[in-house]
Amino acid sequence: MELINTIWFLYLTSAVCFVAGLHFMNNPKTARKGNFISMFGMLLACLVACWQTSLNNKANFDKFSFLVLFLGIGLGAATGASLAKQVKMTQMPQLVSLFNMVGGGAAAIIALNDFYGLKQINLITIIASFLGIIIGSITFTGSFIASAKLHGKIPSGVIDFAGRIVIIIILIVAILISLTSINSENLIHISWLIAGFSAIIGILFTLAIGGADMPVVISVLNAFTGLAVAMSGFIIYNPVMVIAGAIVGSAGCILSILMSRAMNRKLIKIMLGGFGQKAGDNSNSSILSQNIRTTTADDLALRLAYANDVIIIPGFGLAQAGAAGEIAQLDNELTKKGVNVKYAIHPVAGRMPGHMNILLAEANINYDKMLELEAANTAFPLADIALVVGANDVTNPAARKSGSAISGMPILNVDQAKDITVIKRGSGLGFAGIENLLYSDEKTTMLYGDAKKALSETVESLSEL
Amino acid sequence: MTIITVILTIFILAILIGYEVIGKVPSTLHTPLMSGANSIHGVVLVGVILSASALEGPLNYILIFIAAFFGAMNIVGGYAISDRMLNMFKNKTKDESK
Repeated sequence: MELINTIWFLYLTSAVCFVAGLHFMNNPKTARKGNFISMFGMLLACLVACWQTSLNNKANFDKFSFLVLFLGIGLGAATGASLAKQVKMTQMPQLVSLFNMVGGGAAAIIALNDFYGLKQINLITIIASFLGIIIGSITFTGSFIASAKLHGKIPSGVIDFAGRIVIIIILIVAILISLTSINSENLIHISWLIAGFSAIIGILFTLAIGGADMPVVISVLNAFTGLAVAMSGFIIYNPVMVIAGAIVGSAGCILSILMSRAMNRKLIKIMLGGFGQKAGDNSNSSILSQNIRTTTADDLALRLAYANDVIIIPGFGLAQAGAAGEIAQLDNELTKKGVNVKYAIHPVAGRMPGHMNILLAEANINYDKMLELEAANTAFPLADIALVVGANDVTNPAARKSGSAISGMPILNVDQAKDITVIKRGSGLGFAGIENLLYSDEKTTMLYGDAKKALSETVESLSEL
Repeated sequence: MTIITVILTIFILAILIGYEVIGKVPSTLHTPLMSGANSIHGVVLVGVILSASALEGPLNYILIFIAAFFGAMNIVGGYAISDRMLNMFKNKTKDESK
């Protein structure tokens, strides 16, 4: 009895480490320390779990099961470490999604596995087990699809077909029917059946979600994984799993809501899918080209050199072109000439919230220069030049008027700057499929071309000035 | 009062803590935060380790192996990538203070 108290207390300590770790992450200066604290908590929890298992097993110690366990842990750790080392920062979302997949998968397996050795059955444990299986399986396949879409293994657009929602509803009904027909003999078979149904739901629900909505989905799946882990914790009465799972669950929910709010979308609509470009549909090349003025890299360089305050608005196009390094060079050149450079970052720039900050930080740009939405909007009227690189819908003043697809979406008020240049790959429409009024603004000039090339040309002519 | 009531209480309170801790974080840090939360759900490995005590039959061993692989990958990969990201933020502050 004494020992179990000690074990419980140690689990509590590691849960405290997780909370403290997340708390320290709300400031860039302490964030790394936070990550270490959280890491320590995780190590502690795993060591305590090993200790607890060896206590439980004292009577008949099964060496083989420990061998299998540690072989799995060793291989998994090596795989995780090499993935984390090799991945490019633009590929971050895929990796997070991949870790959601394995986390959800492991939670589902524990829930399935525990039916084999379940000694005392009570209602809450049964509910928790099935929720663990269902949520875990949905996360497993859903995250796999999300990851594959982001990685371009399957088309990233909307893959929808008539009756998709109907099939999902049928599967949900099938799960409910299976649940009512449980008895102590078919428990294990039914649990596998339900895992299968849930896995198909996971696939169907992620397939129909378009590339630009994917960050929100990843965040939701992150929350799902947390919940699945918490449910598994319920089955084996483990406090640290319940606490950590619940925290990740609620944190993921809030992040998802914040993100969908920043995109002016309802979370529930995003989850239902079908918004945005259909896969393989590239017919986004219609734009009213009236009143659009173009410019050259040399002209842009000249105007930038004689400005006092420049605000750069980076968007996903920048990340796609891999041009963060060129932005940093431009920043250096301009700073040398005494120009004050800032970055206006929309909450959903990049592929995940805060993703753009990471990409810029990787290119050695100081995070003090990165303005969030509100700070940026107070800075625009004072800016001499606003340079938009690969951002579209988040700069569209149409959002402030009613009657358009993005009405009410919080945007960067780029049009309030004194002079505006937009670097853009082509004259296509943005994700929302509407014309950007900014482009036909009389203060705006367009520089068409690949962001990387356009920026390096600008830097070149800037250094010659 | 049974242990399950205690666990349910913990669960509800932890949800509220998660809400409080995350709600105030600036969007600059949302990606590292998501990654941090992402590594925390690797705590599922604790469950895997504990389940390894009651193994019966080959299917059980296979399941535990896969789950252990998944859990460890989640933990190590998650923390490593978070650290890599946060390190980029930290270096900049140092450079500036020089």
